[in-house]
Amino acid sequence: MTELKKIPNIHAGDDSTDPTIKTYSMNFGPQHPAAHGVLRLVLELDGEIVERADPHIGLLHRGTEKLIEYKTYMQAVPYFDRLDYVSPMCQEHAFALAVEELLGIKSPPRAQVIRVLFSEITRVLNHLLNVTAFALDVGAITPLLWGFEQREILMGFYERVSGARLHANYFRPGGVAADLPHGLAEDIAEWSKNFPKLIDDLEGLLTENRIFKQRTVGIGAFNAAEAEAWGFTGPVLRSAGVAWDLRKAQPYDGYENYQFDIPVGQHGDCYDRYLIRVAEMRQSKAIIDQALVRLAATPGEVRISDRKITPPARNEMKLSMEALIHHFKLYTEGYHVPAGEIYRAVEAPKGEFGVYLISDGSNRPYRCKIRAPGFAFLQATEFLAKGHMLADLVAIIGSLDIVFGEIDR
Amino acid sequence: MSNFVASAKSLLLVELLRGMGLSFSYMFRRKATINYPYEKGALSPRFRGEHALRRYANGEERCIACKLCEAVCPALAITIEAEPRDDGSRRTTRYDIDMTKCIYCGLCQEACPVDAIVEGPNYEFATFTREELFYNKERLLANGDRWESAIAANLQKDAAYR
Repeated sequence: MTELKKIPNIHAGDDSTDPTIKTYSMNFGPQHPAAHGVLRLVLELDGEIVERADPHIGLLHRGTEKLIEYKTYMQAVPYFDRLDYVSPMCQEHAFALAVEELLGIKSPPRAQVIRVLFSEITRVLNHLLNVTAFALDVGAITPLLWGFEQREILMGFYERVSGARLHANYFRPGGVAADLPHGLAEDIAEWSKNFPKLIDDLEGLLTENRIFKQRTVGIGAFNAAEAEAWGFTGPVLRSAGVAWDLRKAQPYDGYENYQFDIPVGQHGDCYDRYLIRVAEMRQSKAIIDQALVRLAATPGEVRISDRKITPPARNEMKLSMEALIHHFKLYTEGYHVPAGEIYRAVEAPKGEFGVYLISDGSNRPYRCKIRAPGFAFLQATEFLAKGHMLADLVAIIGSLDIVFGEIDR
Repeated sequence: MSNFVASAKSLLLVELLRGMGLSFSYMFRRKATINYPYEKGALSPRFRGEHALRRYANGEERCIACKLCEAVCPALAITIEAEPRDDGSRRTTRYDIDMTKCIYCGLCQEACPVDAIVEGPNYEFATFTREELFYNKERLLANGDRWESAIAANLQKDAAYR
């Protein structure tokens, strides 16, 4: 070992003779702009090298799981929007599928197509934010501005279909809240036609860029076995070469009928994760196109017609006494779900988002456990960042796609 | 040969210059921003903004104090008290919405059997104090009077889907 230079500890007013440089602890966040929300990492640094990264969570804890135990199944849906607030509808999807399975029902074909359509729009929304914010983390500002322009259009679609740009409350157990308004499908098709150009432009700025590659290639790398051991899912898992996607492995809501590929990486580094997300946006675009074709060929209801579970249409409610009684029962007491337990997961943009529900036969869940993909990513920050520079930690966090709404829940 | 091409590209900063060219070309595109508050983005008829209590055309308030909205509100933001009025009809004596609790999920307007409580198209109701966001019945009815034409048009447009 080489002799280290003597550094006097001037803060302690001490110029004695400790011959080593000690590591020092530092707070990264929770208000650091690169910390992606309220991430607080307690770092132990040796110079600029990360020795230990200890994530502290809980700053955005709202008790969602406990609150859901005190809400009817209909009231619980808006809580799912607020977990991972970058991909709201995918999470409603997991909850809706879990409740539907407990009830033993299946949403109508048209509702399934709408769900696939908006799940993929959600995926594009999420990846646009992640890829461009990741680029911002490693020093590129322009992609973020372009990405937000597209997100604006997509959130416009959200608003037209559900009434809210972010917290949609749209996928309900038994279908979706309302059919697509007239003209929306055409506008989505129009957007989808122009979208590949934007991805090309984004790639033109980033994919070959030497600064971007220097910051990402070989950073935060892991192999397939490590990824599985740490519980990674989604693009992060696929970046290590594991072709695992719940849309293919356990298809739900008719995903088996769509043609799409699963992009897979090789090295498990930040650059591969970026490439996979870009490729997934292209795949999502393909699914959106197929869903639009299917949507035009699938007329019909968007909610199941069982009036014990979904409320009647408004004009029916105003004319029929029976419908009015159903309406009142559903909006006060809600519906009773048969006793049982279920775990249903969907391929959310970030990975496997799962809902584990226990029902005791009442109108509220007895327990609702949420499996958030980001939680597994965050626990691996130390494993991924150890030995890297402090600035690489920012790239790693960016590429993991961490959102605190779902981690702290 | 491919090595040579790659080195030449690297040396001549090809990908950086191409990226700069691309960014530069965006300068000549139509700008994506709008000049808020003078210009505003389009809203769909389903937009869920500030709440309003509506009246019938003859000026009678719609709300019949059935309390469905109070029951369905996941955030417990709505408080209603009701009594029979002098003419025997049941009406609210108190209708409060705590807009700081409200999560704008739209369940209240879905639940309302008489289309009384609605989430209107207004999203510009920021205030300087919390207290101003504790809406009472008077405030909600005033909102209804102010936004009635827009709300009625939106409900009409969306009627086929509800």
